[in-house]
Amino acid sequence: MDDGLPRPPSGGAGRLLPPDAGRDRPLFLVAAILVFLACIAALGARGAWQQAQNWTTELESSLTIQIRPVEGRDTDADAGRAAEIASAMPGVRNATPRTRDDALALLTPWLGEGNLPDDLPLPLMVEVELEPRAAREGRVAISDLQAQLDAEGMAASVDDHSRWARAVRRAAGTAQTLGLSLLALLTGAAAAVIAFAARASLAARTDVIDALHLCGAEDRFIASLFQRRFFMLGVKSGLVGALFAALVSIGVSLGRAPADMAFFLPQWAANPFELILLGAAPLLAGLTSAVSARLAVASDLRGRW
Amino acid sequence: MTASPHNDPEPVVRFDNVGMRYGRGPEILRDLSFDLPRGSFQFLTGPSGAGKTSLLKLIYLAAKPSRGLISCFGRDVATLPRDELPDLRRRIGVVFQEFRLLNHLSVFDNVALPLRVAGKKRSDYAEDVAELLAWVGLGDKMTALPATLSGGEQQRVAIARAVVGQPEILIADEPTGNVDPEMGMRLLRLFAELNKLGTTIVIATHDLQLVRMVDAPVMTLANGHLHIRPPRRQRQREAELREAAHADPVQVDPTENVPEQTDIPEPADEDPTDALDAVARAMEMPDEDESDEEDRHG
Repeated sequence: MDDGLPRPPSGGAGRLLPPDAGRDRPLFLVAAILVFLACIAALGARGAWQQAQNWTTELESSLTIQIRPVEGRDTDADAGRAAEIASAMPGVRNATPRTRDDALALLTPWLGEGNLPDDLPLPLMVEVELEPRAAREGRVAISDLQAQLDAEGMAASVDDHSRWARAVRRAAGTAQTLGLSLLALLTGAAAAVIAFAARASLAARTDVIDALHLCGAEDRFIASLFQRRFFMLGVKSGLVGALFAALVSIGVSLGRAPADMAFFLPQWAANPFELILLGAAPLLAGLTSAVSARLAVASDLRGRW
Repeated sequence: MTASPHNDPEPVVRFDNVGMRYGRGPEILRDLSFDLPRGSFQFLTGPSGAGKTSLLKLIYLAAKPSRGLISCFGRDVATLPRDELPDLRRRIGVVFQEFRLLNHLSVFDNVALPLRVAGKKRSDYAEDVAELLAWVGLGDKMTALPATLSGGEQQRVAIARAVVGQPEILIADEPTGNVDPEMGMRLLRLFAELNKLGTTIVIATHDLQLVRMVDAPVMTLANGHLHIRPPRRQRQREAELREAAHADPVQVDPTENVPEQTDIPEPADEDPTDALDAVARAMEMPDEDESDEEDRHG
């Protein structure tokens, strides 16, 4: 073996940037917290959207016909007739007239039992259930229904719940915008923190940077060193942040969180979107971190010479 | 290297009326004009604080002059864009006074640094680096960290790092400041060997003992001004020419036929186990006779 020739040491080359023993830890913590909050915000925005979707689908897949009592007309009979007409419409699954007893039952919580005179005229409702697809595609001719009921001479009005659906959608949209804005703000904050840390790290390592420069290192070579380091930091803090976000979300859906807290926190729904979002979080955190570190270091280096 | 500036058509470095100050401070270097011809060897001396390190910084492109023109490998430093700096720096090897080794990297990685930042693959340079380290007597310290080495060993690591990329200029700032005289001499022989291979050498030192070892031009900085003393042989030749001119007034270029070669005497006491000595023997430099030394003082 000993042929007199020197042997290069085995193993890989040492890292050019010295490990920042312990100095990265607070930064790691801040980044993990930011990723955690960003995940919660994203899950929340997604949850609001999902909830709004469910509610509006429910609202839009039914109609309510209200028959007002009119002197000289049999309201019960009108309700039955209205249900018949509605059932005959395309896109309608079924229509159920509610009787006077149903109407009284609805009033009981407010007025108490038996406090109403028997001859008090009450409006009656007809619940119309639509085929969800037809409802979604707007194939139910609501104005036709209204016209037919008018032609029968009854005092009926058709309510397609669009007012409520709009309100729900608006609220969900607000929640979603809020969530996405938070996400953007947190990403910006993370980028700024990383840029600050990268600059500090560059300044703390002037000796190394100078040595590299004088050995002929290009700026982009040095920027790449920082980019790699901060990518890894982003990925690691992203993993921790996303893991905690998942745990909190699962905790909420298991009912472990207090109700008033659960209101703000997203429920865990093990659907592909959530899994992709949490899985992508470390990568996105790494990319955000790498890009902002690279830009910060490159702009700092440009100022030299 | 000549006393009269600018008679080499392609010097590696040329200074023209260069002045330098830090910030708004006084000018610490004034009206420097000189050439570093390709393949030349020169000393730079002067009292502490005379600006030796600042002058070297200007040469190895770590600082810009406040005025005047510096051209490095034919490029005007003042108009050099930042992204072209690395290419020029790779042609310049520097041994810093304080070494500037990276303390978290092994000796091997420190020496390999210039090759690594130039984008070379480890498998391509590993053998060469190991060989160079053996050559400077650090073959068994390749995995050591600089902090565990003696001053002289660190010095040799710094020198190995400076020469590993086969630079066209080698600049050494007090390369013998941390070692005993014998080691200083060995290092000097290393520089002379590199010079023979065509490398331009500038050695800053205030060790006059070292300066006397080589018959090379001496640049002396004092009060911000530079004085250049030609090598002894050139001065002798000029003196002869002056005498000849008295007898026969024919104009002769005094710089003609001046040997650039530098010779270093072998030290008497040698440690035969040292790899550097093997190098010195391989170089087979002729002994300079002692009368030369007396000549200088006479």
